[in-house]
Amino acid sequence: MSNVTYLPAVRCTELRQQFGDTVAVDGVDLEVSPGEVFGLLGPNGAGKTTTIRMITTLLNAPPGAISVFGVDVARRRTAVRRLIGYVPQQLSADSTLTGRENVSLFARLYDVPRRDRARRVEEVLDEVDLADVADRSAKTYSGGMVRRLELAQALVSAPRLLVLDEPTVGLDPVARDGVWARIEEIKETTGMTVLVTTHLMQEADQRCDRIALMHRGQIRALGTPAELRDSIGPDATLDDVFRAYTGDRLAENAGTMRDVRAARRTARRVS
Amino acid sequence: MTTQTFSVEIPADPGPLKQLGTAFARIGAMCLVELQKLRHDRTELITRAVQPTLWLLVFGQVFTRIHAIPTGNTPYLDFLAPGILAQSALFIAIFYGIQIIWERDSGVLSKLMVTPTPRVALVAAKAFASGIRAVVQALAVMVVAALLGVHLNIEPLHFLGVVAALVLGSACFCCLSITIAGLVLSRDRLMGIGQAITMPLFFASNALYPVQLMPGWLQVINHINPLSYEVEALRGLLVGTPARLGLDFGVLAVAAAIMISVAAALLPRLARG
Repeated sequence: MSNVTYLPAVRCTELRQQFGDTVAVDGVDLEVSPGEVFGLLGPNGAGKTTTIRMITTLLNAPPGAISVFGVDVARRRTAVRRLIGYVPQQLSADSTLTGRENVSLFARLYDVPRRDRARRVEEVLDEVDLADVADRSAKTYSGGMVRRLELAQALVSAPRLLVLDEPTVGLDPVARDGVWARIEEIKETTGMTVLVTTHLMQEADQRCDRIALMHRGQIRALGTPAELRDSIGPDATLDDVFRAYTGDRLAENAGTMRDVRAARRTARRVS
Repeated sequence: MTTQTFSVEIPADPGPLKQLGTAFARIGAMCLVELQKLRHDRTELITRAVQPTLWLLVFGQVFTRIHAIPTGNTPYLDFLAPGILAQSALFIAIFYGIQIIWERDSGVLSKLMVTPTPRVALVAAKAFASGIRAVVQALAVMVVAALLGVHLNIEPLHFLGVVAALVLGSACFCCLSITIAGLVLSRDRLMGIGQAITMPLFFASNALYPVQLMPGWLQVINHINPLSYEVEALRGLLVGTPARLGLDFGVLAVAAAIMISVAAALLPRLARG
Protein backbone atom coordinates (compact mmCIF):
# COMPACT_ATOMS: atom_id res chain seq x y z
CA MET A 1 0.00 0.00 0.00
CA SER A 2 1.20 3.50 -0.76
CA ASN A 3 -0.18 6.64 0.84
CA VAL A 4 -0.76 9.18 -1.88
CA THR A 5 -2.66 12.42 -1.99
CA TYR A 6 -4.86 12.74 -5.03
CA LEU A 7 -7.38 15.12 -6.52
CA PRO A 8 -10.18 14.61 -7.46
CA ALA A 9 -12.31 11.53 -6.58
CA VAL A 10 -13.31 11.07 -10.24
CA ARG A 11 -11.96 12.84 -13.29
CA CYS A 12 -13.30 12.21 -16.79
CA THR A 13 -11.51 13.84 -19.69
CA GLU A 14 -13.13 13.95 -23.14
CA LEU A 15 -14.92 10.71 -22.34
CA ARG A 16 -16.57 9.00 -25.32
CA GLN A 17 -18.42 5.73 -25.85
CA GLN A 18 -20.09 4.54 -29.02
CA PHE A 19 -22.27 1.47 -29.63
CA GLY A 20 -22.49 0.91 -33.38
CA ASP A 21 -23.80 4.17 -34.83
CA THR A 22 -25.12 5.40 -31.48
CA VAL A 23 -22.92 7.81 -29.56
CA ALA A 24 -23.82 7.13 -25.92
CA VAL A 25 -21.25 9.43 -24.31
CA ASP A 26 -19.92 12.33 -26.32
CA GLY A 27 -16.95 14.21 -24.90
CA VAL A 28 -17.79 14.32 -21.20
CA ASP A 29 -15.45 16.33 -18.97
CA LEU A 30 -16.22 15.85 -15.32
CA GLU A 31 -14.62 16.27 -11.91
CA VAL A 32 -16.11 14.91 -8.71
CA SER A 33 -14.54 16.26 -5.54
CA PRO A 34 -13.69 13.98 -2.64
CA GLY A 35 -16.41 13.82 -0.01
CA GLU A 36 -19.21 15.31 -2.10
CA VAL A 37 -22.51 13.79 -3.26
CA PHE A 38 -22.47 14.26 -7.01
CA GLY A 39 -25.62 13.65 -9.04
CA LEU A 40 -25.76 12.68 -12.71
CA LEU A 41 -29.18 13.62 -14.03
CA GLY A 42 -30.78 13.22 -17.41
CA PRO A 43 -33.57 11.53 -19.36
CA ASN A 44 -33.43 7.88 -20.45
CA GLY A 45 -30.66 7.35 -22.95
CA ALA A 46 -28.79 10.50 -21.84
CA GLY A 47 -25.61 8.49 -21.21
CA LYS A 48 -25.66 8.49 -17.38
CA THR A 49 -25.52 4.73 -16.93
CA THR A 50 -22.90 4.33 -19.69
CA THR A 51 -20.73 6.94 -17.93
CA ILE A 52 -21.17 5.13 -14.63
CA ARG A 53 -20.34 1.79 -16.27
CA MET A 54 -17.11 3.24 -17.67
CA ILE A 55 -16.11 4.71 -14.31
CA THR A 56 -16.78 1.38 -12.57
CA THR A 57 -14.68 -0.55 -15.16
CA LEU A 58 -17.68 -2.39 -16.59
CA LEU A 59 -17.06 -0.77 -19.98
CA ASN A 60 -13.65 -0.07 -21.46
CA ALA A 61 -12.32 3.46 -21.37
CA PRO A 62 -9.22 4.66 -23.21
CA PRO A 63 -6.10 5.25 -21.07
CA GLY A 64 -6.11 8.67 -19.46
CA ALA A 65 -9.85 9.25 -19.97
CA ILE A 66 -10.97 8.37 -16.42
CA SER A 67 -9.17 8.38 -13.11
CA VAL A 68 -10.52 7.50 -9.68
CA PHE A 69 -8.50 9.15 -6.91
CA GLY A 70 -5.77 9.60 -9.49
CA VAL A 71 -5.72 5.93 -10.54
CA ASP A 72 -6.21 5.38 -14.27
CA VAL A 73 -9.27 3.18 -14.77
CA ALA A 74 -7.93 1.73 -18.04
CA ARG A 75 -4.52 0.81 -16.68
CA ARG A 76 -5.25 -0.31 -13.10
CA ARG A 77 -8.72 -1.78 -13.05
CA THR A 78 -8.23 -3.96 -9.98
CA ALA A 79 -6.86 -1.07 -7.91
CA VAL A 80 -9.83 1.09 -8.98
CA ARG A 81 -12.31 -1.67 -8.12
CA ARG A 82 -10.90 -1.81 -4.58
CA LEU A 83 -11.78 1.87 -4.17
CA ILE A 84 -15.36 1.53 -5.41
CA GLY A 85 -18.63 0.27 -3.95
CA TYR A 86 -21.36 -0.15 -6.57
CA VAL A 87 -25.13 -0.49 -6.36
CA PRO A 88 -26.68 -1.18 -9.78
CA GLN A 89 -30.09 0.04 -10.91
CA GLN A 90 -31.75 -3.37 -10.57
CA LEU A 91 -32.50 -5.05 -7.23
CA SER A 92 -29.47 -7.29 -7.23
CA ALA A 93 -29.43 -8.91 -3.79
CA ASP A 94 -29.67 -12.71 -3.96
CA SER A 95 -33.13 -13.58 -2.67
CA THR A 96 -32.15 -17.21 -2.04
CA LEU A 97 -29.62 -16.15 0.63
CA THR A 98 -30.05 -14.44 3.98
CA GLY A 99 -29.09 -10.79 4.45
CA ARG A 100 -25.92 -11.81 6.31
CA GLU A 101 -24.92 -14.32 3.61
CA ASN A 102 -25.41 -11.67 0.92
CA VAL A 103 -23.07 -9.27 2.70
CA SER A 104 -20.56 -11.96 3.70
CA LEU A 105 -20.17 -12.97 0.05
CA PHE A 106 -19.12 -9.43 -0.86
CA ALA A 107 -16.81 -9.23 2.17
CA ARG A 108 -15.04 -12.28 0.72
CA LEU A 109 -15.04 -10.90 -2.83
CA TYR A 110 -13.43 -7.68 -1.56
CA ASP A 111 -10.85 -9.63 0.49
CA VAL A 112 -11.94 -8.32 3.89
CA PRO A 113 -9.47 -10.22 6.13
CA ARG A 114 -10.97 -13.34 7.70
CA ARG A 115 -10.26 -12.16 11.26
CA ASP A 116 -12.27 -8.94 10.65
CA ARG A 117 -14.95 -10.35 8.38
CA ALA A 118 -17.71 -11.31 10.80
CA ARG A 119 -17.30 -8.05 12.75
CA ARG A 120 -17.27 -5.94 9.60
CA VAL A 121 -20.38 -7.68 8.21
CA GLU A 122 -22.18 -7.11 11.53
CA GLU A 123 -21.08 -3.46 11.59
CA VAL A 124 -22.29 -2.69 8.13
CA LEU A 125 -25.61 -4.52 8.63
CA ASP A 126 -26.06 -2.41 11.75
CA GLU A 127 -25.24 0.77 9.80
CA VAL A 128 -28.08 0.06 7.37
CA ASP A 129 -30.49 -1.00 10.13
CA LEU A 130 -30.68 -4.65 9.09
CA ALA A 131 -28.82 -6.28 11.99
CA ASP A 132 -32.06 -7.58 13.54
CA VAL A 133 -33.21 -9.28 10.35
CA ALA A 134 -29.78 -10.31 9.06
CA ASP A 135 -30.51 -14.04 9.32
CA ARG A 136 -33.82 -13.85 7.49
CA SER A 137 -33.99 -14.78 3.82
CA ALA A 138 -33.64 -11.69 1.62
CA LYS A 139 -36.81 -12.71 -0.23
CA THR A 140 -38.78 -11.69 2.88
CA TYR A 141 -37.36 -8.13 2.79
CA SER A 142 -39.32 -5.10 1.58
CA GLY A 143 -38.00 -3.07 -1.36
CA GLY A 144 -36.41 -0.50 0.94
CA MET A 145 -34.74 -3.23 2.99
CA VAL A 146 -33.32 -4.85 -0.16
CA ARG A 147 -31.89 -1.49 -1.21
CA ARG A 148 -30.30 -1.08 2.22
CA LEU A 149 -28.95 -4.62 1.98
CA GLU A 150 -27.35 -3.71 -1.34
CA LEU A 151 -25.85 -0.67 0.32
CA ALA A 152 -24.38 -2.95 2.97
CA GLN A 153 -22.90 -5.16 0.23
CA ALA A 154 -21.33 -2.11 -1.42
CA LEU A 155 -20.07 -0.66 1.87
CA VAL A 156 -18.59 -3.78 3.44
CA SER A 157 -15.18 -3.05 1.90
CA ALA A 158 -15.27 0.58 3.21
CA PRO A 159 -15.02 2.03 -0.31
CA ARG A 160 -13.79 5.57 -0.93
CA LEU A 161 -16.26 6.06 -3.80
CA LEU A 162 -19.84 4.81 -3.62
CA VAL A 163 -21.51 4.61 -7.03
CA LEU A 164 -25.30 4.36 -7.02
CA ASP A 165 -27.26 3.89 -10.23
CA GLU A 166 -30.87 5.02 -9.60
CA PRO A 167 -30.76 3.79 -5.98
CA THR A 168 -34.31 4.75 -5.07
CA VAL A 169 -36.21 3.81 -8.24
CA GLY A 170 -39.59 2.30 -7.34
CA LEU A 171 -39.30 3.03 -3.60
CA ASP A 172 -42.01 4.84 -1.66
CA PRO A 173 -40.98 8.19 -0.06
CA VAL A 174 -40.45 6.66 3.39
CA ALA A 175 -38.19 3.90 2.08
CA ARG A 176 -36.40 6.46 -0.12
CA ASP A 177 -35.71 8.66 2.91
CA GLY A 178 -34.53 5.60 4.83
CA VAL A 179 -31.99 4.74 2.12
CA TRP A 180 -30.71 8.31 1.88
CA ALA A 181 -30.52 8.70 5.66
CA ARG A 182 -28.19 5.68 5.81
CA ILE A 183 -26.06 6.98 2.91
CA GLU A 184 -25.70 10.40 4.52
CA GLU A 185 -24.86 9.00 7.96
CA ILE A 186 -22.14 6.77 6.53
CA LYS A 187 -20.80 9.57 4.34
CA GLU A 188 -20.54 11.80 7.40
CA THR A 189 -18.54 9.26 9.38
CA THR A 190 -16.30 7.96 6.58
CA GLY A 191 -15.91 10.97 4.28
CA MET A 192 -16.56 8.81 1.25
CA THR A 193 -17.59 10.30 -2.08
CA VAL A 194 -21.00 9.45 -3.54
CA LEU A 195 -21.72 9.45 -7.27
CA VAL A 196 -25.40 8.92 -7.99
CA THR A 197 -27.68 8.85 -11.02
CA THR A 198 -31.34 9.66 -10.57
CA HIS A 199 -34.46 10.68 -12.45
CA LEU A 200 -35.95 12.30 -9.36
CA MET A 201 -35.37 16.05 -9.41
CA GLN A 202 -36.53 16.59 -5.84
CA GLU A 203 -34.15 13.90 -4.62
CA ALA A 204 -31.26 15.47 -6.53
CA ASP A 205 -32.16 18.91 -5.20
CA GLN A 206 -32.22 17.73 -1.58
CA ARG A 207 -29.37 15.24 -1.55
CA CYS A 208 -26.70 16.28 -4.05
CA ASP A 209 -23.96 18.85 -3.41
CA ARG A 210 -23.49 19.26 -7.17
CA ILE A 211 -25.32 18.06 -10.25
CA ALA A 212 -24.37 17.41 -13.86
CA LEU A 213 -27.30 17.39 -16.25
CA MET A 214 -26.69 15.03 -19.19
CA HIS A 215 -28.52 14.96 -22.48
CA ARG A 216 -27.63 13.06 -25.66
CA GLY A 217 -24.31 11.96 -24.22
CA GLN A 218 -23.13 15.44 -23.24
CA ILE A 219 -23.11 17.47 -20.05
CA ARG A 220 -25.47 20.38 -20.64
CA ALA A 221 -25.31 21.99 -17.19
CA LEU A 222 -23.16 21.62 -14.11
CA GLY A 223 -23.34 23.23 -10.69
CA THR A 224 -24.94 23.18 -7.26
CA PRO A 225 -28.75 22.75 -7.29
CA ALA A 226 -29.10 26.43 -6.32
CA GLU A 227 -26.78 27.56 -9.14
CA LEU A 228 -28.74 25.52 -11.67
CA ARG A 229 -32.08 26.85 -10.47
CA ASP A 230 -30.77 30.43 -10.51
CA SER A 231 -29.53 29.99 -14.07
CA ILE A 232 -33.16 29.62 -15.23
CA GLY A 233 -34.97 32.20 -13.14
CA PRO A 234 -35.82 33.35 -9.61
CA ASP A 235 -38.61 30.83 -8.92
CA ALA A 236 -37.29 28.00 -11.05
CA THR A 237 -37.32 24.44 -9.78
CA LEU A 238 -34.92 21.70 -10.80
CA ASP A 239 -37.74 20.32 -12.99
CA ASP A 240 -37.64 23.61 -14.91
CA VAL A 241 -33.88 23.27 -15.24
CA PHE A 242 -34.34 19.73 -16.55
CA ARG A 243 -36.88 20.87 -19.16
CA ALA A 244 -34.80 23.86 -20.17
CA TYR A 245 -31.70 21.83 -20.89
CA THR A 246 -33.20 18.62 -22.26
CA GLY A 247 -36.29 20.00 -24.03
CA ASP A 248 -39.83 18.59 -23.77
CA ARG A 249 -39.50 16.45 -26.87
CA LEU A 250 -39.04 12.77 -26.11
CA ALA A 251 -35.78 11.34 -27.36
CA GLU A 252 -36.60 8.75 -30.03
CA ASN A 253 -33.93 6.29 -28.98
CA ALA A 254 -34.10 6.91 -25.26
CA GLY A 255 -33.57 3.62 -23.47
CA THR A 256 -33.82 0.15 -24.96
CA MET A 257 -36.57 -2.43 -24.50
CA ARG A 258 -34.28 -4.16 -22.00
CA ASP A 259 -33.88 -0.95 -19.97
CA VAL A 260 -37.65 -0.62 -19.74
CA ARG A 261 -38.09 -4.30 -18.86
CA ALA A 262 -35.37 -4.03 -16.18
CA ALA A 263 -36.97 -0.90 -14.70
CA ARG A 264 -40.39 -2.62 -14.61
CA ARG A 265 -38.87 -5.71 -13.01
CA THR A 266 -37.17 -3.56 -10.36
CA ALA A 267 -40.40 -1.66 -9.70
CA ARG A 268 -42.29 -4.97 -9.36
CA ARG A 269 -39.73 -6.34 -6.90
CA VAL A 270 -39.72 -3.29 -4.66
CA SER A 271 -43.52 -2.88 -4.60
CA MET B 1 -16.55 24.19 -6.96
CA THR B 2 -14.83 23.32 -3.69
CA THR B 3 -11.69 21.30 -4.07
CA GLN B 4 -9.75 19.81 -1.23
CA THR B 5 -6.78 17.55 -0.88
CA PHE B 6 -7.78 14.07 0.11
CA SER B 7 -5.63 11.22 1.23
CA VAL B 8 -6.54 7.77 0.09
CA GLU B 9 -4.67 4.49 0.17
CA ILE B 10 -4.15 3.18 -3.32
CA PRO B 11 -3.94 -0.63 -3.26
CA ALA B 12 -0.83 -2.07 -4.88
CA ASP B 13 -1.27 -4.20 -8.00
CA PRO B 14 -1.22 -7.89 -7.04
CA GLY B 15 1.62 -10.14 -8.21
CA PRO B 16 1.03 -13.52 -9.93
CA LEU B 17 1.04 -15.46 -6.63
CA LYS B 18 -1.43 -13.06 -5.06
CA GLN B 19 -3.65 -13.36 -8.16
CA LEU B 20 -3.60 -17.15 -7.86
CA GLY B 21 -4.56 -16.82 -4.20
CA THR B 22 -7.38 -14.46 -5.21
CA ALA B 23 -8.67 -17.01 -7.73
CA PHE B 24 -8.77 -19.76 -5.08
CA ALA B 25 -10.43 -17.40 -2.58
CA ARG B 26 -13.13 -16.53 -5.14
CA ILE B 27 -13.71 -20.20 -5.97
CA GLY B 28 -14.10 -20.88 -2.24
CA ALA B 29 -16.54 -17.97 -1.83
CA MET B 30 -18.73 -19.07 -4.74
CA CYS B 31 -18.72 -22.72 -3.68
CA LEU B 32 -19.78 -21.66 -0.18
CA VAL B 33 -22.65 -19.62 -1.63
CA GLU B 34 -23.75 -22.62 -3.70
CA LEU B 35 -23.85 -24.78 -0.56
CA GLN B 36 -25.77 -22.06 1.30
CA LYS B 37 -28.34 -21.94 -1.51
CA LEU B 38 -28.71 -25.72 -1.43
CA ARG B 39 -29.16 -25.59 2.34
CA HIS B 40 -31.96 -23.05 2.00
CA ASP B 41 -33.78 -24.85 -0.81
CA ARG B 42 -33.43 -28.62 -0.60
CA THR B 43 -36.46 -29.24 -2.83
CA GLU B 44 -34.26 -28.66 -5.88
CA LEU B 45 -32.11 -31.61 -4.83
CA ILE B 46 -35.19 -33.80 -4.79
CA THR B 47 -36.75 -32.53 -8.02
CA ARG B 48 -33.45 -32.84 -9.86
CA ALA B 49 -33.08 -36.42 -8.59
CA VAL B 50 -36.34 -37.49 -10.25
CA GLN B 51 -35.00 -37.78 -13.78
CA PRO B 52 -31.84 -39.77 -12.96
CA THR B 53 -33.92 -42.01 -10.72
CA LEU B 54 -36.27 -42.74 -13.61
CA TRP B 55 -33.32 -43.52 -15.88
CA LEU B 56 -31.98 -46.00 -13.36
CA LEU B 57 -35.34 -47.38 -12.30
CA VAL B 58 -37.03 -47.73 -15.69
CA PHE B 59 -34.40 -47.68 -18.43
CA GLY B 60 -31.74 -49.40 -16.31
CA GLN B 61 -33.91 -52.18 -14.98
CA VAL B 62 -35.64 -52.90 -18.30
CA PHE B 63 -32.37 -53.06 -20.24
CA THR B 64 -30.83 -55.18 -17.52
CA ARG B 65 -33.64 -57.73 -17.97
CA ILE B 66 -33.58 -57.87 -21.75
CA HIS B 67 -29.75 -58.09 -21.89
CA ALA B 68 -29.85 -55.90 -25.03
CA ILE B 69 -26.57 -54.12 -24.31
CA PRO B 70 -23.53 -56.36 -23.80
CA THR B 71 -21.46 -55.04 -20.88
CA GLY B 72 -19.33 -58.11 -20.16
CA ASN B 73 -19.25 -59.22 -16.56
CA THR B 74 -20.66 -55.92 -15.30
CA PRO B 75 -24.45 -55.89 -14.76
CA TYR B 76 -26.06 -53.26 -17.01
CA LEU B 77 -27.44 -51.28 -14.07
CA ASP B 78 -23.91 -51.03 -12.61
CA PHE B 79 -22.61 -49.99 -16.04
CA LEU B 80 -25.36 -47.40 -16.39
CA ALA B 81 -25.19 -45.75 -12.93
CA PRO B 82 -21.94 -43.76 -13.51
CA GLY B 83 -23.34 -42.60 -16.86
CA ILE B 84 -26.44 -41.31 -15.13
CA LEU B 85 -24.30 -39.56 -12.51
CA ALA B 86 -22.46 -37.77 -15.31
CA GLN B 87 -25.74 -37.00 -17.08
CA SER B 88 -27.21 -35.50 -13.92
CA ALA B 89 -24.11 -33.28 -13.50
CA LEU B 90 -24.26 -32.31 -17.18
CA PHE B 91 -27.89 -31.22 -16.94
CA ILE B 92 -27.12 -29.02 -13.93
CA ALA B 93 -24.05 -27.45 -15.54
CA ILE B 94 -25.45 -26.85 -19.01
CA PHE B 95 -28.15 -24.54 -17.70
CA TYR B 96 -25.75 -22.34 -15.70
CA GLY B 97 -25.67 -20.00 -18.70
CA ILE B 98 -29.34 -19.25 -18.03
CA GLN B 99 -28.45 -18.36 -14.46
CA ILE B 100 -25.71 -16.01 -15.62
CA ILE B 101 -28.10 -14.28 -18.04
CA TRP B 102 -30.53 -13.88 -15.14
CA GLU B 103 -27.64 -12.46 -13.10
CA ARG B 104 -26.89 -10.02 -15.92
CA ASP B 105 -30.52 -8.88 -16.12
CA SER B 106 -30.81 -8.49 -12.36
CA GLY B 107 -27.56 -6.52 -12.00
CA VAL B 108 -25.77 -9.25 -10.03
CA LEU B 109 -23.20 -9.82 -12.78
CA SER B 110 -22.32 -6.11 -12.94
CA LYS B 111 -21.90 -6.05 -9.19
CA LEU B 112 -19.64 -9.12 -9.27
CA MET B 113 -17.59 -7.65 -12.11
CA VAL B 114 -16.96 -4.45 -10.15
CA THR B 115 -15.34 -6.45 -7.34
CA PRO B 116 -11.54 -6.87 -7.54
CA THR B 117 -11.91 -10.27 -9.17
CA PRO B 118 -10.17 -11.13 -12.44
CA ARG B 119 -12.67 -12.29 -15.09
CA VAL B 120 -11.02 -15.72 -15.29
CA ALA B 121 -11.31 -16.12 -11.52
CA LEU B 122 -14.97 -15.11 -11.63
CA VAL B 123 -15.77 -17.67 -14.33
CA ALA B 124 -13.67 -20.36 -12.64
CA ALA B 125 -15.51 -19.67 -9.38
CA LYS B 126 -18.88 -20.08 -11.13
CA ALA B 127 -17.63 -23.21 -12.87
CA PHE B 128 -16.43 -24.94 -9.72
CA ALA B 129 -19.53 -23.84 -7.83
CA SER B 130 -21.56 -25.74 -10.44
CA GLY B 131 -19.28 -28.69 -9.70
CA ILE B 132 -20.11 -28.51 -6.01
CA ARG B 133 -23.82 -28.56 -6.83
CA ALA B 134 -23.21 -31.53 -9.13
CA VAL B 135 -21.38 -33.42 -6.39
CA VAL B 136 -24.22 -32.89 -3.92
CA GLN B 137 -26.69 -34.00 -6.59
CA ALA B 138 -24.52 -37.01 -7.41
CA LEU B 139 -24.64 -38.11 -3.77
CA ALA B 140 -28.44 -38.29 -4.03
CA VAL B 141 -28.20 -40.32 -7.26
CA MET B 142 -25.62 -42.65 -5.68
CA VAL B 143 -28.01 -43.35 -2.82
CA VAL B 144 -30.76 -44.24 -5.32
CA ALA B 145 -28.32 -46.44 -7.26
CA ALA B 146 -27.23 -48.23 -4.08
CA LEU B 147 -30.89 -48.82 -3.16
CA LEU B 148 -31.40 -50.42 -6.58
CA GLY B 149 -28.56 -52.82 -5.83
CA VAL B 150 -25.73 -51.17 -7.76
CA HIS B 151 -22.36 -52.11 -6.24
CA LEU B 152 -20.49 -48.82 -5.94
CA ASN B 153 -16.90 -48.63 -4.71
CA ILE B 154 -16.83 -45.65 -2.37
CA GLU B 155 -13.42 -46.09 -0.78
CA PRO B 156 -12.08 -42.61 0.18
CA LEU B 157 -9.53 -42.38 -2.64
CA HIS B 158 -12.06 -43.54 -5.24
CA PHE B 159 -14.64 -41.16 -3.84
CA LEU B 160 -12.19 -38.25 -4.10
CA GLY B 161 -11.59 -39.24 -7.72
CA VAL B 162 -15.36 -39.25 -8.33
CA VAL B 163 -15.63 -35.75 -6.83
CA ALA B 164 -12.74 -34.52 -9.00
CA ALA B 165 -14.23 -36.00 -12.18
CA LEU B 166 -17.66 -34.51 -11.48
CA VAL B 167 -16.24 -31.08 -10.61
CA LEU B 168 -13.99 -30.94 -13.70
CA GLY B 169 -16.76 -32.21 -16.00
CA SER B 170 -19.29 -29.75 -14.57
CA ALA B 171 -16.79 -26.87 -14.82
CA CYS B 172 -16.27 -27.68 -18.49
CA PHE B 173 -19.98 -27.85 -19.36
CA CYS B 174 -20.89 -24.88 -17.15
CA CYS B 175 -18.37 -22.80 -19.08
CA LEU B 176 -19.68 -24.17 -22.38
CA SER B 177 -23.06 -22.87 -21.28
CA ILE B 178 -21.63 -19.47 -20.24
CA THR B 179 -19.82 -19.32 -23.59
CA ILE B 180 -23.08 -19.92 -25.47
CA ALA B 181 -24.76 -17.32 -23.23
CA GLY B 182 -22.00 -14.88 -24.18
CA LEU B 183 -22.70 -15.54 -27.86
CA VAL B 184 -26.51 -15.59 -27.96
CA LEU B 185 -27.06 -13.12 -25.06
CA SER B 186 -30.70 -14.14 -24.56
CA ARG B 187 -32.26 -16.60 -22.14
CA ASP B 188 -34.78 -17.94 -24.66
CA ARG B 189 -32.16 -18.68 -27.30
CA LEU B 190 -29.90 -20.29 -24.70
CA MET B 191 -32.76 -22.50 -23.48
CA GLY B 192 -33.27 -23.75 -27.04
CA ILE B 193 -29.58 -24.35 -27.69
CA GLY B 194 -29.11 -25.93 -24.25
CA GLN B 195 -31.86 -28.43 -24.93
CA ALA B 196 -30.54 -29.02 -28.45
CA ILE B 197 -27.01 -29.91 -27.33
CA THR B 198 -27.62 -31.72 -24.04
CA MET B 199 -29.14 -34.91 -25.41
CA PRO B 200 -26.66 -35.20 -28.34
CA LEU B 201 -23.78 -34.80 -25.84
CA PHE B 202 -25.34 -37.55 -23.74
CA PHE B 203 -26.15 -39.97 -26.57
CA ALA B 204 -22.79 -39.36 -28.26
CA SER B 205 -21.00 -40.54 -25.13
CA ASN B 206 -20.39 -43.91 -23.52
CA ALA B 207 -22.97 -43.17 -20.78
CA LEU B 208 -25.59 -45.67 -22.05
CA TYR B 209 -23.61 -48.18 -24.11
CA PRO B 210 -20.03 -49.34 -24.65
CA VAL B 211 -18.06 -47.45 -27.30
CA GLN B 212 -17.57 -50.68 -29.30
CA LEU B 213 -21.29 -50.79 -30.09
CA MET B 214 -21.27 -47.33 -31.68
CA PRO B 215 -21.07 -46.81 -35.45
CA GLY B 216 -17.71 -45.39 -36.63
CA TRP B 217 -18.90 -41.78 -36.98
CA LEU B 218 -20.34 -41.82 -33.46
CA GLN B 219 -17.10 -43.25 -32.08
CA VAL B 220 -15.26 -40.25 -33.55
CA ILE B 221 -17.65 -37.86 -31.81
CA ASN B 222 -17.36 -39.91 -28.62
CA HIS B 223 -13.56 -39.42 -28.68
CA ILE B 224 -13.89 -35.62 -28.69
CA ASN B 225 -16.75 -35.53 -26.20
CA PRO B 226 -15.48 -34.63 -22.68
CA LEU B 227 -18.55 -36.35 -21.20
CA SER B 228 -17.18 -39.72 -22.36
CA TYR B 229 -13.95 -39.19 -20.41
CA GLU B 230 -15.96 -38.16 -17.34
CA VAL B 231 -18.11 -41.31 -17.63
CA GLU B 232 -15.08 -43.54 -18.18
CA ALA B 233 -13.39 -42.13 -15.06
CA LEU B 234 -16.55 -42.43 -12.96
CA ARG B 235 -17.17 -45.98 -14.19
CA GLY B 236 -13.59 -47.01 -13.51
CA LEU B 237 -13.62 -45.53 -10.02
CA LEU B 238 -17.10 -46.59 -8.93
CA VAL B 239 -17.64 -49.91 -10.71
CA GLY B 240 -14.10 -51.01 -11.47
CA THR B 241 -14.35 -51.25 -15.27
CA PRO B 242 -11.10 -50.61 -17.21
CA ALA B 243 -10.35 -46.89 -17.37
CA ARG B 244 -7.49 -44.69 -18.56
CA LEU B 245 -7.68 -42.42 -15.50
CA GLY B 246 -4.60 -40.35 -16.40
CA LEU B 247 -6.01 -39.62 -19.86
CA ASP B 248 -9.54 -39.09 -18.52
CA PHE B 249 -8.51 -36.55 -15.90
CA GLY B 250 -6.02 -34.92 -18.30
CA VAL B 251 -8.72 -34.40 -20.95
CA LEU B 252 -11.20 -33.12 -18.37
CA ALA B 253 -8.67 -30.67 -16.85
CA VAL B 254 -7.58 -29.35 -20.26
CA ALA B 255 -11.20 -29.08 -21.48
CA ALA B 256 -12.19 -27.23 -18.30
CA ALA B 257 -9.20 -24.85 -18.59
CA ILE B 258 -9.99 -24.10 -22.25
CA MET B 259 -13.68 -23.54 -21.60
CA ILE B 260 -12.98 -21.30 -18.56
CA SER B 261 -10.67 -19.14 -20.73
CA VAL B 262 -13.19 -18.90 -23.57
CA ALA B 263 -16.10 -18.10 -21.23
CA ALA B 264 -14.00 -15.47 -19.40
CA ALA B 265 -13.16 -13.82 -22.72
CA LEU B 266 -16.88 -13.57 -23.52
CA LEU B 267 -17.92 -12.32 -20.07
CA PRO B 268 -17.56 -8.59 -20.86
CA ARG B 269 -19.71 -9.08 -24.01
CA LEU B 270 -22.31 -10.86 -21.89
CA ALA B 271 -22.27 -8.06 -19.30
CA ARG B 272 -22.72 -5.43 -22.04
CA GLY B 273 -25.56 -7.60 -23.37
